[in-house]
Amino acid sequence: MTMQPASTEIVSRTAAIIHEFKGLEGPLLPILHGIQEEFGYVPQDSLPVIADALNISNAEVHGVATFYHDYRSHPAGRHVLKVCQAEACQSMGSDAVAAKLKQLLGIGFHETARDGSVTLEPVYCLGLCACAPSAMLDGEVIGRLDDEKLDEIVAEVRS
Amino acid sequence: MGLIQEIDFGTPASTSEKQVTLTVDGFTVTVPEGTSIMRASMEAGIAIPKLCATDMVDAFGSCRLCLVEIEGRNGTPSSCTTPVAPGMVVHTQTGKLKDIRRGVMELYISDHPLDCLTCAANGNCELQTQAGVVGLRDVRYGYEGDNHVFKKNDGVENFRWMAKDESNPYFTYDPSKCIVCSRCVRACEEVQGTFALTIEGRGFGSRVSPGMHQPFIDSECVSCGACVQACPTATLSEKSLIQIGQPENSKVTTCAYCGVGCQFKAEMRGDELVRMVPYKDGKANRGHSCVKGRFAYGYSTHKDRILKPMIREKISDPWREVSWEEALTHTANEFRRIQYQYGRTAIGGITSSRCTNEETYLVQKLIRQGFRNNNVDTCARVCHSPTGYGLGQTFGTSAGTQDFDSVEHTDVVIVIGANPASAHPVFASRLKKRLRKGAKLIVLDPRRTEMVKSAHIQADYHLPLKPGTNVAVVTSLAHVIVTEGLFNEAFIRERCDWDEFQDWASFVALPENSPEVVGKLANVDPELIRGAARLYARGGNGSIYYGLGVTEHSQGSTTVIAIANLAMATGNIGRKGVGVNPLRGQNNVQGSCDMGSFPHELPGYRHVSGDAVRDIYESLWGVKLDDEPGLRIPNMLDAAVDGSFKGLYVQGEDILQSDPDTKHVAAGLAAMECVVVQDLFLNETANYAHVFLPGSTFLEKDGTFTNAERRINRVRKVMAPKNGLADWEVTQKLAQTMGLDWNYQHPSEIMDEIAKTTPSFAKVSYDYLEQMGSVQWPCNDKAPLGTPIVHVDGFVRGKGKFIRTEYVATDEKTGPRFPLLLTTGRILSQYNVGAQTRRTDNVMWHSEDRLEIHPHDAENRGLRDGDWVKLTSRSGETTLRAEITDRVSPGVVYTTFHHPDTQANVITTDFSDWATNCPEYKVTAVQVGASNGPTEWQRDYNEQAEQSRRIAPLQAAE
Repeated sequence: MTMQPASTEIVSRTAAIIHEFKGLEGPLLPILHGIQEEFGYVPQDSLPVIADALNISNAEVHGVATFYHDYRSHPAGRHVLKVCQAEACQSMGSDAVAAKLKQLLGIGFHETARDGSVTLEPVYCLGLCACAPSAMLDGEVIGRLDDEKLDEIVAEVRS
Repeated sequence: MGLIQEIDFGTPASTSEKQVTLTVDGFTVTVPEGTSIMRASMEAGIAIPKLCATDMVDAFGSCRLCLVEIEGRNGTPSSCTTPVAPGMVVHTQTGKLKDIRRGVMELYISDHPLDCLTCAANGNCELQTQAGVVGLRDVRYGYEGDNHVFKKNDGVENFRWMAKDESNPYFTYDPSKCIVCSRCVRACEEVQGTFALTIEGRGFGSRVSPGMHQPFIDSECVSCGACVQACPTATLSEKSLIQIGQPENSKVTTCAYCGVGCQFKAEMRGDELVRMVPYKDGKANRGHSCVKGRFAYGYSTHKDRILKPMIREKISDPWREVSWEEALTHTANEFRRIQYQYGRTAIGGITSSRCTNEETYLVQKLIRQGFRNNNVDTCARVCHSPTGYGLGQTFGTSAGTQDFDSVEHTDVVIVIGANPASAHPVFASRLKKRLRKGAKLIVLDPRRTEMVKSAHIQADYHLPLKPGTNVAVVTSLAHVIVTEGLFNEAFIRERCDWDEFQDWASFVALPENSPEVVGKLANVDPELIRGAARLYARGGNGSIYYGLGVTEHSQGSTTVIAIANLAMATGNIGRKGVGVNPLRGQNNVQGSCDMGSFPHELPGYRHVSGDAVRDIYESLWGVKLDDEPGLRIPNMLDAAVDGSFKGLYVQGEDILQSDPDTKHVAAGLAAMECVVVQDLFLNETANYAHVFLPGSTFLEKDGTFTNAERRINRVRKVMAPKNGLADWEVTQKLAQTMGLDWNYQHPSEIMDEIAKTTPSFAKVSYDYLEQMGSVQWPCNDKAPLGTPIVHVDGFVRGKGKFIRTEYVATDEKTGPRFPLLLTTGRILSQYNVGAQTRRTDNVMWHSEDRLEIHPHDAENRGLRDGDWVKLTSRSGETTLRAEITDRVSPGVVYTTFHHPDTQANVITTDFSDWATNCPEYKVTAVQVGASNGPTEWQRDYNEQAEQSRRIAPLQAAE
């Protein structure tokens, strides 16, 4: 389990990020991105700080943060693996790819391995339909997934 | 009788003056430009199916049920989001539309429980109705699979299912019944302006979430109930509705809390109140309410309510329940004995700002006609008497100049010494709505209130002035306007006395009134004063709203005059969007002042020394009236301590708790021989009473209340008085027992007498109110429809009068012994001394008064959040718990006065307004220190109160 920072620390680090982006037009999404980058997730304790700084309600910040799948409410594993489950990949067998990965990693979608090595997530289209089925590991896209590639991926995240 | 049904037009009305004609299903209808097709159809009597639309919020277009076909256009646009166009031909019911609607409804119902028979909304559910309307006969998708309805699917926990949230004391949130139409979210944002709700997640995972997925009670929710009202299903339901069932009859009545005067439908089942629903045609509230008006009526049936008259010989005796006849005969005999023994002026009375106009009129009539003196006063003495004086002197009327609708046209608002978000919440919501549309805001307040900063609200200027420096700061605003040439010369020359203006201008232009000098003594940045003055003078329609933070000072009347000067100098009087608006505290404080409750005035603010006015009443009442003003409340108490004032009839006011310097009030009451208290509860004043006459609630009588915008609203009886008599009947019986020939059969007859004798009410009658809904006085032959805005073509007094406002610092000063300034205020969930709200579930939000103190001041004294602290002033001391916050400035502490245990008024001094004796509640020099618990005074007081509230057990029947 990743150690989560204490709430006073979250508040002060959040304030610094808000300061950086507050001048932008429509600063909420950039701030949330900044926070996710800083902490690896969007801590609940940072939401009221954002609300106060932007003079909106806690509920509004919560509504936006939960709308986007990319904003996490909990820390992710050291690696994040996103497997495309959109139409093109589905037609090329992404269901089976996902099932295989779940089995190899011992976790389901939206879950993190107990050793904190990897978080598995579905994603809906990486724009890589020509190379379906595809996935993305820590921001790098991987096309034409097959058993071999899956083993490589698993080996990498376990290392 | 039946239930009053209001038509839901689906989308708000358009204010456009241009008319558009279209055809809906072959019928021609003409509506203002910008109206939605949905609303236009409803105007034509055609109800298009809908779920996510309701006319309290803007169109959203999410439910896809209200689709229509328009000739010459492609597709099936939603009628709620499509505006009308000239010549448009709309079809609301075609084969294609029927199929789409039925399909949409199938999807809704496939994720909704089918427990209609046991559901609280049964018989009044829009989902149920619309399923019927679209002819839903089958749900092809079934109810299995992914859903939000069942706790378990095939024995496995359903992660989508959420438990019912019952944390709010007044309503429940059952997510399993939610269709995610967003009406609650939009009501919270658009109507209430709190933004406490959101839709979390997306797609099928979308849920309504209070705060950050919190229980309602822990979220930012202020429990106004707008979401409950907006909900088309049973997802958000009043607990009372769940408990009792759907109402079957209703009447429109007026809230008995603050001076906004919201109108409600009291929805009843038999004589049991099911719920209060804000009335859309209520012209003060336009269909909105706050937590008090909508939910906090439980006091009317609280076990503490006294329902039988009681008397006792001495205040140390226990109470003895007696018949009405015995109580009234005893009272009449005592009052006559006292007058015989001590003189005609040894008795008096206090009218109530909580009772109706008719009841107030009767009490002052009893005193003037029956007691034969002018010893009548009212609780406005301690709140807005400076308003009456100040606006009377400058403008010529003792009331606010605008209606509440005016706020929709304002461009710059100054809020002085008022926290409408707590004390006048419905007005605050209307103001916030205007601010969100771009109006500017200036706040003068020692505290950073919710008006200064809250979601989507940010004051452009907050002048955090030191308590007691209002006159200096407001005069300084005038200094900037005069010296920078920002005044409206044309307006002043036309409507005011130019010489008086020049005299005043030369005064305010003095260097001692400059922001640079005033800023130092008021602890305000001079640039803020300059900026605020420029904004108000040049920002378009400028309006001023103020509260007790203006009036309850030793220079309260002077500040009111300074405010009036400011409005006149900038020409901000006499049209929509401008004006000077006192936010009156109590439901009928305006009315009680109008009805002649002051010792120097007969109804309609006419001085008792005027022969012509006295003639009117003398010929009608058949007695000679005293032409000398009588005693004010503080004078009555002083006279009682001196031994010359011995009897008092108090209707619906708790002077012991609400008036300043509690010890002095107690001494005055204790020195009297017959104190008669008429109230719902054994209040604090009743501890010193000899006769207790049980009162009736606003639900139990007919009458009228007059709100802060001079609007006369009807109060309608929805249940019989639990104590047997309405308050006006009690006063009438007392008068009859004292030998007066009164014979009113109904409050309407009292209003007829008021109209007959008071020119500003000449056209008011119950029949007329029935026809008009409500009217704003003056309402007479000159203004038959009433007067929404006064001073339109010129000031009522003739020429507007500029008066110099010299700042004189209060005698209440800080020093080494009392280094902090205490100021007082209110909180949203509690009302005034709390006699009513403390007897409702509103205590969930505020169970005790706390002392707000700045972190610096707390640290100096070694205080931590939640510590018991002792609060000491020159008058006395009390203890309460501390709340450490930077809402207050260093050197200033703040508390509320809702709980008698705290007795904040033990601390307040007997300094008062120079013109009207309005007490200086808002400034007291104090010291704060650590404490172990209640003071000796508090213990003694509680003991005395307990002793005094004993009621002797009833004797066995003979």
